[in-house]
This record gives sequence, structure tokens and C-alpha cells, in this order.
Amino acid sequence: MTWVLIALLVVPLVGALVVAFLRKDDKKAKLVALAFSLVELVLAGLLWFAYDPDGDRIQLASGVDWIPAFGVRLQFGIDGIALVMIAVIALLIPLVIGAGWTEKLPAGRSQGGYLSLILIQEAVTVGVFAATDVFLFYVLFEVMLIPMYFLIGGYGGARRQYAAVKFFLYSFLGGLIMLASAIGAYAMASDELGKGTFDWATLVKVVSDADSTTQTWLFLGFFLAFAIKAPLVPFHTWLPDAAAEAPIGVTVIVVGILDKVGTFGMLRYLLPMFPEASKNLAPYVLVLAVAGVLYGSLLATGQRDMKRFLAYVSIAHFGFIALGIFSFTSQAGVGSVSYMLNHSISTGMLILVVGMVIARGGSSLISDYGGMSKVAPLLSGMLLLAGLTTLSLPGTNSFVSEFLVLIGSFPTRPVFTIIATVGMVLAALYVLWLYQRIMTGPLRGDALIGAAAGQRSDSPSGSVGTLEKKTAIGDLSKREIAVLAPLVVIVLALGFYPQPVLDVITPTVGATLTEVGVTDPVTVQEGK
Amino acid sequence: MTEPVVASGVASFAWLLLALPAFGAAVLLVSGRRADKWGHLLGSATLLASFGYALALFFSTLGVSDPEGRVQNLHLWDWIDVNALTVEFGLRIDPLSLTFVLLITGVGSLIHIYSIGYMAHEEGRRKFFAYLNLFVSAMLLLVLGNGFVTLYFGWEGVGLASYLLIGWYQYKPEAASAAKKAFLMNRVGDLGLAIAIFLMFNKLGTTQYTEVFSRVSEFSSAEVLAITLLLLLGACGKSGQFPLQAWLPDAMAGPTPVSALIHAATMVTAGVYLIARSNPLYNLSEDGRLVVMIIGAVTLLIGCIIGCAYDDFKKVLAYSTVSQIGYMILAVGLGPIGYALGIMHLLTHGFFKAGLFLGAGSVMHGMNDEGNIRRMGGLYKFLPITFVTWTLGYLALIGIPPFAGYFSKDAIIAAAFTGEGWRPYVFGGVALLGAALTAFYMTRLLILVFLGKPRWKELKSEDGREYHPHESPLTMTVPMIILAVGSIGGGWFLSSGGRLAGWLEPSLGELKEEHGVISHGMVGILTVVLALLGAGLAFLLFGRRKQPVERPARVAWPVRAARADLYGNALNEALFARPGTWLTRALVFLDLKGVDGAVNGTAALLGGSSGRLRRLQTGFVRSYALSMLLGSIFVLGALLVVRFS
Repeated sequence: MTWVLIALLVVPLVGALVVAFLRKDDKKAKLVALAFSLVELVLAGLLWFAYDPDGDRIQLASGVDWIPAFGVRLQFGIDGIALVMIAVIALLIPLVIGAGWTEKLPAGRSQGGYLSLILIQEAVTVGVFAATDVFLFYVLFEVMLIPMYFLIGGYGGARRQYAAVKFFLYSFLGGLIMLASAIGAYAMASDELGKGTFDWATLVKVVSDADSTTQTWLFLGFFLAFAIKAPLVPFHTWLPDAAAEAPIGVTVIVVGILDKVGTFGMLRYLLPMFPEASKNLAPYVLVLAVAGVLYGSLLATGQRDMKRFLAYVSIAHFGFIALGIFSFTSQAGVGSVSYMLNHSISTGMLILVVGMVIARGGSSLISDYGGMSKVAPLLSGMLLLAGLTTLSLPGTNSFVSEFLVLIGSFPTRPVFTIIATVGMVLAALYVLWLYQRIMTGPLRGDALIGAAAGQRSDSPSGSVGTLEKKTAIGDLSKREIAVLAPLVVIVLALGFYPQPVLDVITPTVGATLTEVGVTDPVTVQEGK
Repeated sequence: MTEPVVASGVASFAWLLLALPAFGAAVLLVSGRRADKWGHLLGSATLLASFGYALALFFSTLGVSDPEGRVQNLHLWDWIDVNALTVEFGLRIDPLSLTFVLLITGVGSLIHIYSIGYMAHEEGRRKFFAYLNLFVSAMLLLVLGNGFVTLYFGWEGVGLASYLLIGWYQYKPEAASAAKKAFLMNRVGDLGLAIAIFLMFNKLGTTQYTEVFSRVSEFSSAEVLAITLLLLLGACGKSGQFPLQAWLPDAMAGPTPVSALIHAATMVTAGVYLIARSNPLYNLSEDGRLVVMIIGAVTLLIGCIIGCAYDDFKKVLAYSTVSQIGYMILAVGLGPIGYALGIMHLLTHGFFKAGLFLGAGSVMHGMNDEGNIRRMGGLYKFLPITFVTWTLGYLALIGIPPFAGYFSKDAIIAAAFTGEGWRPYVFGGVALLGAALTAFYMTRLLILVFLGKPRWKELKSEDGREYHPHESPLTMTVPMIILAVGSIGGGWFLSSGGRLAGWLEPSLGELKEEHGVISHGMVGILTVVLALLGAGLAFLLFGRRKQPVERPARVAWPVRAARADLYGNALNEALFARPGTWLTRALVFLDLKGVDGAVNGTAALLGGSSGRLRRLQTGFVRSYALSMLLGSIFVLGALLVVRFS
């Protein structure tokens, strides 16, 4: 079944190529891109069944030599974590394409170009998660920036150039420092084995035995790249700009998928390769993590722009993920990985719904809206549901992950856990406040009332009541319902029965913790 | 502690209890407008079916002669299972949970029927019934769940339902704010519940009731104290206890049936359930129980005092609820001599307070949704059924024998007089004082609403209509009548021969009796005498003089303080809301100028200004190579230094 993984890399690239030739015909470009993304989704489903949770550490492995002189290979393979991430990418891309179906692109841009870039992005991102050669990972980590640079810079909002360059420079710089560390690891391997290699499994064996000072330096190189990508406070400032300026579908990809590469990297590279350094530096990382939870939450509360709001919400959530990773228990680790999956789904849904609000009002300022539930009750319900999974209400998918992260972190890191738990209250605050301002109260706000009168009104608090008859704002269309319905089903299904996902993740997290050399403080009780 | 047996027979279908209303909610939410015609019927029917099944389950459990066999466990599926942590999705069917199931489905069914009439003119009534069903389902999970995490699931679920229903009139900004406030303050409490769960897992590796309760002895006394206090924090949030009481009166912005069901009879009593359920833990911590009692006593006084000053029909009842739950918390804080008493008061209160709220709803329904009692008066003539049923509930609440509240409240007051040192005098005294105050504010309410001169005759409601008070339709009055019957006989029925306490024994342990510093008979007499004094005082103050329609502005400071919720909201504002707002603003500013500025500044230092950085992309390959070289040299250099030093 190795071909499935290769096909997952190739299919979107072929799709991108085909779609690139359809720049004249937007409709056809959209249909073809959607078809390719659906094929990718089916392949991801096959991959799920091909993967054996209790099998090898890396499965479906394959590879060929790339640069023999340096021992660089094009080799791919997946573990449980990569599998989950690839599955969620494959799930979100068709939804992103569906959600952007009627979106107007900037003048002179075609759907063909846009969708082609999206499909390239999909292929490269799958590659990042599937790479098992450290140099290949680095290359794809950087290549990943290129389509995204053009997506933000070419199709974004008013300050798109600034945001795109900022995004690029941040990630790029982090990547370079990671490369230096990777070369350091390569050098160690060639000292030890007499022959250099970038093979992940070999490097794990060689580097994890190094003394802790060496590990610390190498760790820091990788960590910076991942902390920027994830992003952890204070390396986060590229994200709000990128999220705010990108078109909504691209925001889903940046916030929902790309930044998971950071936390994925922590689990796949930092912990196994530098176990000593990971343990020694964990308290510092945890400070950043917990600071991120509180900082992201408070800043989310203070945002005026919905898309920036989404970025800060994610920063808070990445704090939880990092807390789980660096607490070194299996419950917390599984919590973090499922959080990565569930964050993609929940935040993806929240972004798509916010995108539907913005598509109606033409503004991303929260103050331009109010009382929208009167004219769009279904949309309002969807915003609430997306919000509830964002604040981790039990019964939704995110609860399972947040609960696992916290209950798993408590035995090793009680103080950090208790502080992070405060984030639960703040999450309720920022979600419900956003909902209240946009959806409840009398119909108001320039975006809605302006649409009613056909022009922007001067006083947003004008007389209300008759406006809803005049407003051009409508409820969800059939296409929008089709985009959101699968997410609603998944949110609830994984909330009530998360075990299939947890079963895939648990062995990989267990293997990672074994590589770190830690065991769970709370063990299975007798008689269970 | 009775070990559960595997559920069999009727009990093996106990999941139907939750599934039926949940199914109703799902159908109503998905069907949309198509369900407008029959939505309320489906909502009520699923709940009635659930109630019917609950009765069958109750009698089958009652038929088990050995009380040990009355505690059953129904495993449904493993919800979250990661190595040592196994969270089961399962139900615990025992006398305690069954008692709640009957209360929730029984009162819930009555209120569903009442709502058919009350909400008849509301657009989207189907959605209201969907939310109500959602609430019942979550509440049943809360009481039936067989572990602390399933309890937490139900706990947050009812919070969501409560949020949706308080915010039902969401075009009113105050309703939306009240809904958010309720959810937030509840989450503060949930924090305690969550951390208590983490502590249990850390020590025992489990969060299921059966295992936690059978191994409580493994906790150190400090851990038990911590857990009991954290659970109490959760209880305070959900049950509107000090210092988290401020959301409950605001929650009256929701429709009246919601206030009756969620914010009087069921959800707000979840805190009492939590403490009673965790009795093996509370039994071990005298200090923990003392704090519980203090919170209960403080809250019952706060509720009474504020209740005396409000002019809003439902808000007075809301503070009355706060205060009555204070009694229940005080009772369960007493430990083995009080758990069953707390539950008994919870049941009788569930009946008469739901009845009082439905009566208030009936009055408001007939008075153009007017809630200000100063604009009422003399309504007994116009709403005779409401008047009679409400008065029965009133007598039950103020504790006049033989009405329900007398039996349950008197027992709590008598139990509060037990113990050593200062405790019996303080707690018993507070409980007695509360009885007098309760009679005072409830009599004030009775006089201003139903008796006296009709002050509404020369007034118009806010929307400019004249008041034409009228009796409500049968769907509304019949539930009120049934609840009133419960208010008459319920207390005697439950208490005679220790009926309820005996039934609850497998869950709560034996109800111990202790002799107080004042004899039980004396307490009974004192309670009634003080209640009559309170009622008499209210009659003197409000019954004999003409009451002004506008509330007097110049009043003594206790009244001013009570009108301002004893400054509870002001305190929250000063301690949390304002500093939080400032902190957020400061951080937003800092994030733009500080963090981002520092990063851009560093970038500027490294490669010229950020503007020039932007231009770097033209010389992109060169700088790539350069940075790579510099970075590699830096790290490799560091490595060399480390190796050779």
C-alpha cells in the first residue's frame, strides 16, 4: 500500500498542473480542482486503513537517493501523528474550495491560478508531514512558504504585501537556523558512523546519545523554527497579519494546517532527537506555552477584527498543544496530537463561518455587525457551534483534546496546568463575546445596515425593526450548508466517540515518550 | 458505600432516558420551519415518554427488596481511553440519581406542557422546545453519569442550554449579556470541578465514582480538603452560591418556564447534587464541610436580604431560590446528618418554587409581560386559579405546617442546631433568621401582586397598551395545579417515617440523628412563630398603606445596599471586569508596539529598516546563502567550542 502515500503527494501536483492550464475558464478550474481534492480525500481514507496503529514506528516507507554525496534521500513514511495530519489536510482542502466557490478574487487574478497554488500547497504540506529524511523535511519546510507567499501576496487584502513578506521572512529565518542544526546533526552522524546521513531514524539514534550541551544547541536551532511556525508567544506576530490579510480559504490553510508543522516538528524531531535537552528545557517551553494560552486569550478578547481574532485564538490553542507535548505523559501527548487534529477542524469551521459572515457584510470589523441572527439564523447557529467547539464544550471534538492535555499535564506539571485551565474561562469569554457582538441585539452595524440601504449609513444605531426586510443579507445557501455539514458531523462524532482517532495516536505518542525516556507517572491500576 | 451491580432488566435501557429528549432536540433543530406545527408536541411527547420510562424504572428499583441491589451501573461505551486513563460513558442508576430523574422528567414534563401555552405566540417556538429538550437530556446525564467526567459533560451541557434559553429574547441586549454572564460565572466554577478531577486522576488513576469512592482512604487529608473545596467552587458556580451568585437574578431575562425549570427546580440544584453525590469525600473532611456550611449560611442570608428590596417579580423569586439553595448547601454541609435533608428540601423546593415561577409567568402573561410588582395589585380577582395555586406555593415556601416547605426546612434548621461550640448557635440562628426574612419578602410579594388596590388601572405598559389581566389557558393552569398539590402534601409524604431518607440510604448512607442544643420540637415552634412574625411585619408595612407605583428613592442604607445586590456586581466589576479590560487593552497595545515592534526592530538592526528588509526579496538568493552560512558557522562554532572545552 506504499503507493497510497506517493499518490497523495503526486495527485495534487498533477491537479495543480491541470488547473493551471484552465486560467481562462474559472468554472472548469473550480470543478477540476474540487475533483482532484476529493480524490485526495479518498486516498487519505485509504491511507487511514492501510496504517496499522500497532505496527512499525514509521510505516508505508519508501525512498530513493537524491543527493548521494551528502546521504540525502527522498524518503517518505508516516507514523500515527503524520497520518492524522495528512487526513485533516485532505479533509479541509475540498471544503476550502467549496467555501470559496463564489469568492471574488482581486482584479486580474484567475481561479485557475489561485486553485493551482492551493493544490501545490496541499502536496507540499503532505510532503512535510510524510518526509522521513531530515534534509528533505527542511527543504519542504521552506518550499511550503513559496505557494503561501504567493497566495497571501497575490490574493490577499490591502496590506497583503507586508503580511506576505513578514510571513515569509519569519518562517524562512527560523528554517535557516534549523538547517544549521540539521547540519550539526549530520556532522555528528558522519563522525560516529563514518558516513553522513540525514535519515531520521539514524539521526535519532546518533544524536540522542550526545551530551546535553550539544543537544541543547541543536535543540534550540530546531525549536526556534518550530516555535515561529506553531507559533508560540513571543514569535507569533506574523500570524495575525497573515491571517488578517489572506483570503479566507488561505486563512484556513495557514491557521488550520500550516502552523501544525511546528508542533508536529516538536513531536517528531525535538523530542526523539534531543531527549535530554527536551527534558532540561521543558520548563522554559512550558512558560512560553502557558503564557501563550493567557496572552492569546486576552488578545483575542481585545481584537476588533474577526480574522485577527481567529489568529489570537489559535495562539492560545497552540499554548495548550505545547503544554501537552512538553509535559511528557501519554495522556497529555495524545491530547496534544488530537488537539492538532481538532484545532484544524474546529478552527477551520470557525474561520469558514466567519468567512461567510464577512462575505455577506464585506467587512471583517466586528463593530460593523450586530443582531445578525435575525436575518441569518442558520449562520448564527453555525457560528455558535463553531464557537462552542473552540471553547471546548463537552460533546464537541475539542473537549476531548483539551481535557486530555490538562488531565495528562497535571501529574507532572500541576502549576502550569492550573494556570492553563484559566484559559477555559477566557475561552468562554472571547467566544461568547464575539457571538454576542455579531449575532445578538437589534440589527445594527454598517456592514448590515449599509447593505440594507444600499449604502453605508452614517449612524450605525439608527432606527431598527424595519431594516431586516430591506437588508440584502441572507441566510446560508445550499452550497454553504454542504461545506459546513461534514464539519458539524465530525465535530459531534469525535466529541462522543473519539476512540478511533485516539487509538491511532496513542502508540505513536507512546513510542515518542519511550524515545525521550520517560514513563507515565499515573499507571494502570491493578484489576483494571 | 454500596458497590453497584451490573444493570439488568428495565435498567439496561436507562440510556433511553437521555436519548429520547436528545432525539427530540435533534429532530427539532434539523427540521427547521417544517417543525413549527408539531415541534412543541414532539418535544413534550419525548419528555413524557422519558418520564413514563423513569416511573417504570423507579418502581422496578423499588421492587428490589435488598437495598444493596438498588445501585446499578450501566456501561455504554469507553469514551476516552488512553493508557491509564479510562473515562467510561456510563450511567449509575441508584436511589439518588433516580430521585433526580423523577424530579427532572416530572417537573420538566409539566413545564413543557405549560410552555405550549406560554410560548404560543413566540416565533420559533420549536427551537425553544429543542433547547428545553437539550437541557433535560444534559441534566439527566449530569445526574445519571457514573463518573466525574460524565458529570462534567452534563454540567457544561446544562450550562449551554441555560445560555441558549436565558438569551432566548436575544434581540434584547440585556438578555444576551445575562446569558453570557451566566455561562462565564459557571465556567469559573467549572474550573474548580475540572481541577478536582485532575487531582483524582493524579492520585487514583480513575475518575469513575465506584473506584474513587471505594478508595477515598488513599487520599491524604490535605488532598481531600482540596478536592472538597474545589468541588464546592463548582457547586457555587452552578447553584448561584456566594461568591458566584450574581448571574442567577440576571438569568431571569429568559422566558418564565425556563426560570421555573432550570433556574429554580433543577439545574441550579446541581451543586447540591454534586456535594451529596461526593459524600464519601465530604465525610472525610470536617473542615471542608465547615466551609460548605459557611457558604450555605452566608448565601441564604444574602438571598433573603436582597429579596426584600427588589420590585421585579421574578428577581425576588430568583433571590429566594439563591437563599433556599443556601439552605440545601447548609444541609449537605452538615454531613451524614444532613445529606438526605438537603435532598428533601431540594425536592419540595423543586415543586413549590416551580409552581411559584409558573404563577409569576401566568401573572405576567396576563399583564402584558409586566414584571414590576409595584404596577400590580389586587390581581386575585382576575387570576383566581393562579392566585390559589400561588398562595399554596407561598405557604409551602415560608414553612407553614402542614405545607411541604415546613417539613423540609424545619428539619434543616433543627439539624443546624447540632454540633459543638459556637457552630450550632451561629448556623441555627442564621437558618432561623432566614425563615423570618423569607416570610417577610414573600408576604410582601403576595400583597403587592395579588392583594391591595389594583394600581395598574390608571397605568399603561411600556408598549402603550392598557392592562387587561386575565386567567391563563388550561395548558398553563393545569401544571400549576399539579405543582400546588405537591406543595401541599409533598413534604409530609417524603418525611413521614423517614421515607425519603430510607430510600436514599444506598447512595447517601444512613441519615444520622443528633440532639441539638435546642430540641427539635422547640425549633419547629420557633420556625413557625418567626415566619408568622415576618409575614405579620410585611403585612403591617405593605398591607395597610397605599403603595406608590414608583419605588421610593429616599430609603435607608440597608435597602440601598440590598437594591445594589449587596454590591456583589460592583465587586465583580472592580475586581475582575475593569482590571481585565485594562489588561487586555494594554496587551493589545503592547502586542502591536512592543512584541511586534521589538521583532521588527531587531530585524531592522540586522538588515537595515524593515522597509529595506522588504526589498531584500530581490537579493533573495544571496541573502539566503549568506544567512545560511552565518547561521551554520554560528551553530557549528558553538558545537566546536562545546566539544573542545
